[in-house]
Amino acid sequence: METSGDIKIGLEVHVQLTTLKTKLFCSCSSDYRGKPPNTHVCPVCLGLPGALPVVNKRAIDYAIMVALALNSKVNEKIIFFRKHYFYPDLPKNFQITQYDKAGGAPIAIGGFLKITINGKEKRIRIRRINIEEDPGKLVYPTGSIMTSPYTLVDYNRSGIALLEIVTEPDMSSPAEARAFLNKLRSILEHLGVCNCELEGSMRADANISIAGGNRVEIKNISSPKDVEKALAYEIIRQKQAISKGLSIKSETRHWDDLRKVTVPLRVKEEEQDYRYFPEADIPPIVITRDYIEKIRESMPELPDVRAKRFMETYGLTEYDSLVLVSNKWLADFFEETLKYYDKDPKKLANILINDFLRWIHDKGLSHSEVKATPQHIAELLKLLDEKVISIKILKKILPEIIVYGKHPYQIIKEKNLLKISDENIIREVVKQVFVEHKKSVHDALVNKKAIHYLIGQVMRKTGGKADPEITHRIVLEMLEKVKRGEFKV
Amino acid sequence: MRRKIVITEKLIEHLSWLARIRLTEEEKREFIKDLNRVLEFFNEIDEVNVENIEPTTHTALLTNVLRDDVPRESLPLEKVLRNASEKEKEYFRAPKIL
Amino acid sequence: MPKHIYELEALELIKNIKEGNLRVYEVVEEFLERIEKVETKINAFITLRDREEILREAKEKDGVLRRGQAKSVLFGLPVAVKDNISTENIRTTCGSKMLYNYVPPYDATVIKLLKREGAIILGKTNMDEFAMGSSTETSFFGPTRNPWDLSRVPGGSSGGSAAALASGEAPLALGSDTGGSVRAPASFTATVGLKPTYGLVSRYGLIAYANSLEQIGPMGRSVRDTALLLNVIAKYDPNDATSLNVKRPNYLASTYNVNDLHRKVRVALVKEMFEEGVSKDVALIVKNVVNKLVSEGFLVDEISIPIIKYALPAYYIIAMSEASSNLARYDGIRYGFRAKISGNWNEVFSETRKEGFGKEVKRRIIMGTFTLSAGYFDQYYLKALKVRTLILREFKNAFRKYNILISPTMPTPPFKIGEKIKDPLAMYMSDVETVVANIVGIPAISLPAGFVSGNLPVGIQLMADHLREDLLLSIAAFIEKLTGLRNLIAKI
Repeated sequence: METSGDIKIGLEVHVQLTTLKTKLFCSCSSDYRGKPPNTHVCPVCLGLPGALPVVNKRAIDYAIMVALALNSKVNEKIIFFRKHYFYPDLPKNFQITQYDKAGGAPIAIGGFLKITINGKEKRIRIRRINIEEDPGKLVYPTGSIMTSPYTLVDYNRSGIALLEIVTEPDMSSPAEARAFLNKLRSILEHLGVCNCELEGSMRADANISIAGGNRVEIKNISSPKDVEKALAYEIIRQKQAISKGLSIKSETRHWDDLRKVTVPLRVKEEEQDYRYFPEADIPPIVITRDYIEKIRESMPELPDVRAKRFMETYGLTEYDSLVLVSNKWLADFFEETLKYYDKDPKKLANILINDFLRWIHDKGLSHSEVKATPQHIAELLKLLDEKVISIKILKKILPEIIVYGKHPYQIIKEKNLLKISDENIIREVVKQVFVEHKKSVHDALVNKKAIHYLIGQVMRKTGGKADPEITHRIVLEMLEKVKRGEFKV
Repeated sequence: MRRKIVITEKLIEHLSWLARIRLTEEEKREFIKDLNRVLEFFNEIDEVNVENIEPTTHTALLTNVLRDDVPRESLPLEKVLRNASEKEKEYFRAPKIL
Repeated sequence: MPKHIYELEALELIKNIKEGNLRVYEVVEEFLERIEKVETKINAFITLRDREEILREAKEKDGVLRRGQAKSVLFGLPVAVKDNISTENIRTTCGSKMLYNYVPPYDATVIKLLKREGAIILGKTNMDEFAMGSSTETSFFGPTRNPWDLSRVPGGSSGGSAAALASGEAPLALGSDTGGSVRAPASFTATVGLKPTYGLVSRYGLIAYANSLEQIGPMGRSVRDTALLLNVIAKYDPNDATSLNVKRPNYLASTYNVNDLHRKVRVALVKEMFEEGVSKDVALIVKNVVNKLVSEGFLVDEISIPIIKYALPAYYIIAMSEASSNLARYDGIRYGFRAKISGNWNEVFSETRKEGFGKEVKRRIIMGTFTLSAGYFDQYYLKALKVRTLILREFKNAFRKYNILISPTMPTPPFKIGEKIKDPLAMYMSDVETVVANIVGIPAISLPAGFVSGNLPVGIQLMADHLREDLLLSIAAFIEKLTGLRNLIAKI
């Protein structure tokens, strides 16, 4: 992928504070996903005449925590502003947010987040952090904004607390943008402010300029994965246009998730004038130094710190540590498993990263669908250590543990997968294999590397149960015998 | 040097758009007249010296009015939709976007 | 009873009900009959509750009383409520076509408080559309007429509430005051109206016009009745983040034992508030009352607060800016009027707001959009907020030396219906005495001072420092004793 120095990418990320129990300005339950439309609304979040907003205290605490985790400077006074625009998903036709002029200020400014890309560390600077309310959801009966004859509106999401995190255009490739979002997600999950697995909990708008050209904004990207795709597409589109001699104009484009392209948004020529002015229904919130320190002290462990601890305490590699902490759920699983199996953390990390996680991703399982428990995995590793099963068998039965939560020993017994360590049995199989694969035997006599094919065949014949070390030894033994003419193939 | 602002037809059209209130030609004409007079009236505050003066948005000198994160019952669906002139099942029905 | 029941003061009614001389049922029935008799002439109400329903409620209250279980303060008294205060299941229109069919699914906090204290809501009173006006002439439901002279305005925007009081249709009423909308109608109808300190009474459920300026205010035919109602509605409300969490005194108690006030209360007249625009006869009547105070031993000074001259433009800039924001939500999707055209949402929104809003509302929204828009924001809105700071400073200064400031409530006696409505600026000028209390957030009261030409009421306005409603009511009670102008009902 492109990593040229002439690409500048900035992100505007909207994160829902999903672990709050209520919305930002009212006491409606925030647990609206999967619920019937318009059943999580009240006069305040519906914007009924006469209703008034009251700020959720915990939302402010979370915002301060995130600001601290991103090394941002928290402002001493939070003043809410109204941002006016008309849209059916916005019940008051203004959004309550912050503004950075006219006496207002964001919750926090400055800061940075470190990403590791191609083995190198890079700092992505944060411009500002705001807290604001989410609008409702629009549903298009025909499925497309272009063809729907009318629009259906569900205000369940209206009023949910959002953190808006805006970066400087420090990213130079779609991969860096993706890395930023992954790191951000890990931080937010470690702080316990967002379960970012939830649909729509993390949305991003991206803006990109190439070679000092005009900035193009891309909206409507609903997941971090799509950010990389949308940016990659846009880079290609722009480079193609440039090569044709066309110029790139400054505009806002819409990411069409179905067709996987960006399309121009038909915007009125007139500039959007949001007419920001202070929200008189909400008195200012004063944040003292002491209060910030209190929050800092009670903050959960951040991923970078945790990764370092993994390296120091468990002897993991930097790579493995970073992979584990990038997914809080996995890191938690790892540490929980260590309570039951602490003999070889590196081996455990290996299995979790390369087999466990990979399989879960491939099958697209969500965390709640994983039935395997830390105890199961601990047991699995013990069985491996005791040579009751081979690594091959382990990989074979892992999926069943993950999907059904079956105990490893149970599966082994059911499927008769105990490791074969009996040398006599193995020798018989090796002999069979030698007879069936004469050519490979002759190859192995000449080329040491060809042994692995023979070992593989033994594994196949034993359904993976043969002990690999013993098999290797016996194959070598038998090859010697062939050389000496003691065994004829 | 204060520039003299005058409400022009172009400005009224812009404001009418920002406020989403369609104005007839006659209304535009009338408003231009009325609003220019109101503007003159507003301009009286030009004379006031407000150097180093902070704006006052809130007169009740309150700060940090916050609410605990405890859920309360939402409105029943029937009450939510009761006043909607157009609805479909549990949704409000709004006009098409494009 | 020497008088009709509807002519009794609220406190008097309550006393009689408590003592068993009157039943709630007959009291309520009397008021309903009075309404039936005069309402077509006055047009004070937009919505009257179903007669049978009200009488049923009254019967229930009598039952509670008989069983000795009545602990409430209002004892079944009927109350008229301005139609911008949300009442559950009772249509709430704000005097506008935009909300002509809106039935709120919730009660404003003050309504909950009224109900808790046993009040019976008669209906919703007429008002200038979305509270924008000083005469109750911009209502979609037609103007309300002044009971003292049916060809004249009752003041606005709480004109319906004031007219209901002055015509004997209700003993108590609620209004709202953004720039004088409780005091102006009180002044024009010879009744009493109080605008509380900003934050004293919950705004939860008050349909917003200008949210940094407005308060719901009690209205009655006497100072004591008004104080009684204030006791009920002035409560801290966690649903309103601008609600003051302070202990409130017993306001009714402040209206008793008022004979020695001259020793502790220092009074001042604000020079500028007797000058420009104030008609001679109004100034004379108010000054007469002041002279009475002087002869009772009060020290009355004259002070000058020059910056007051900018209060009116600053007020209107702030109010219109906030209005343009508070009224943005009216697009017909979730409630209210919706234009029957096809088109995309921009087209439907624009047409809905074109047809649903009256002219004055549209003017103010457009103007408020202007003052908040990029390029003009600093010069108008932001500057107006700074002028506000200066005015606040001056008044805080004044209140260091004086407890009460006096002025006329309105610059003129009630004018004729139709006289000022064509000229917006002329109408705005009526607010010249009242807006300053809203800008600064201080409490102010209007009570009868006298009559011009025999039957045109003139009100006197008192202002006090933040949270000094007690002082306001004490002095008002004293003045009421001096003038004898109390519990006045127009002959219709």
